[in-house]
Amino acid sequence: MVDLKHGAAIVGIHEHVTRYAPDKSELQIQGESVIKALADAGLSKQDVDGLFTASSSIRNSGMNLADYLNMYPKYVDNTTVGGGSFEFHLSHALTAIAAGRIDVAVITYSSLARSGGVSVGTGGVGRYGHPRLDPSPDSFEELYGLTTVGLYAMIAQRHMHLYGTTSEQLAEVAVAMRKHASMNPEALFRDPVTVEDIVNSRMISSPLHLPDCCVITDGGGAVVVASPEVARSCRHTPVWVLGVGEAIAHQGAGKRDLMYIAAKQSHEPAFAMAGVTQKDIDMAMIYDSFTITVVETLEDLGFCEKGEGGQFVSGGRLQVDSEMSDKLPINTDGGGLSSNHPGMRGIFLLLEATRQLRHQFKDTPRQVENCQVALCHGTGGSLGARHSGGTAILGRD
Amino acid sequence: MTTRQEWNKPLPTVVGETRPYWESCRRGELLIQRCEKCGEYQFYPRGICANCWSDDSIRWVQASGKGTVWTYTVTYQNRTPGFAEDVPYVLAVVELEEGVKMFTNIVDCNPREVTIGMPVEVTFVRANDQITVPYFRPVGE
Ligand SMILES: [Zn+2]
Repeated sequence: MVDLKHGAAIVGIHEHVTRYAPDKSELQIQGESVIKALADAGLSKQDVDGLFTASSSIRNSGMNLADYLNMYPKYVDNTTVGGGSFEFHLSHALTAIAAGRIDVAVITYSSLARSGGVSVGTGGVGRYGHPRLDPSPDSFEELYGLTTVGLYAMIAQRHMHLYGTTSEQLAEVAVAMRKHASMNPEALFRDPVTVEDIVNSRMISSPLHLPDCCVITDGGGAVVVASPEVARSCRHTPVWVLGVGEAIAHQGAGKRDLMYIAAKQSHEPAFAMAGVTQKDIDMAMIYDSFTITVVETLEDLGFCEKGEGGQFVSGGRLQVDSEMSDKLPINTDGGGLSSNHPGMRGIFLLLEATRQLRHQFKDTPRQVENCQVALCHGTGGSLGARHSGGTAILGRD
Repeated sequence: MTTRQEWNKPLPTVVGETRPYWESCRRGELLIQRCEKCGEYQFYPRGICANCWSDDSIRWVQASGKGTVWTYTVTYQNRTPGFAEDVPYVLAVVELEEGVKMFTNIVDCNPREVTIGMPVEVTFVRANDQITVPYFRPVGE
């Protein structure tokens, strides 16, 4: 296989800071984000030849976005596999750039999940706005009142049953995210919470309490990915794509053990391509739709053994200011649990990892010390049914 | 078999490859599929064997209707009509004796008494003239 390591770099980023934008269109948020991300890179409209986007609300999202932006991309990809879509996009952009098809790709996303009143987690089939159930799998699932939170809750329930994981351990994840959110002026929720607050809060779908679930916001962003030649001429130090892997996990015709998630399949090629191990990762952006998502993902990425995730996330290990010698700072922007979660969140993983690798928060508590290698893992869909997993390992010179 | 007044939950869309399943439910029987070529059971029903990718070897067989709770959650919030007024209800994955897992609700019991590994059996609720939905309840209730 062609060696893709260092085959492309993230050279421009922009996070649209809105958490509530009832007066904007999703395309406008994407347009504003693309313009600002290109300015961040020091590139312009004429430089862009690849367009990558995902949407659960914009039909034919790649085509309609190209129209809105009035651009004629040579390469279009609107792979939509839920929240992790953007790690897939990075993987595909790397491949297209390394093959010489394009030099500069833009990945962008936005959603008005909050101002649109979308019940992302608890809306049942209505969450997708479909007029009727598909013959399969909907017709074998939605009759039973599936919710997104319910599908994750069932995985949490079995995790507790098999491994003795506790609600307090899950709450540790939410506490760490809130701690990080307190360092992020743009985060939705910034007041500290305790494990006790969380385990005593309202149950949504047992064993998951309200603070075990991500927030619902509007928002968006853009990432500019470029060839090594272009990257070296950009404004910031390049954030190299060192390794990528992607996977889909599903019910396996009724026979898969869904306690093992897509991260189990996607991380091995990513680590192999990057030539690093878990010990080399200075910080990680782990999709935190729910607290259990982080526990399961850390296990299946190989940061700890299966079943030990509850213990691993305890004692403040995920917090950037932890005193633990083997700490692993996670989601230093506050994550989906406290900062923002506009329907799909994978793009924000790439944004914060890039900020950390640029040492953008130097001399502030949010900066991961000497950050050289970061891992992003996006999960889309639902752990308990079918889902995607995209792993990306990023590094700086 | 029980009939529920004024069914306002979603109803399945029935097509050729799934029709025998829904027709069997209407008769109060649970049919699943087995591949004559590779011997594997599969769920949900489909027109091909998802294991060996044979397109002419799927047969319908009667399931025992017994299984165990593989996992579950007590749902306290769902805004969909039909479920909003049903909370708290038990959403579950049941592993049938034949080895395939399916989504269901555990009914006819106190939601707090459901546990992983609990033996359950199929029970049917008639939604309308065409559709009857299989659920599971604790064995012996
Ligand atoms: Zn077969």
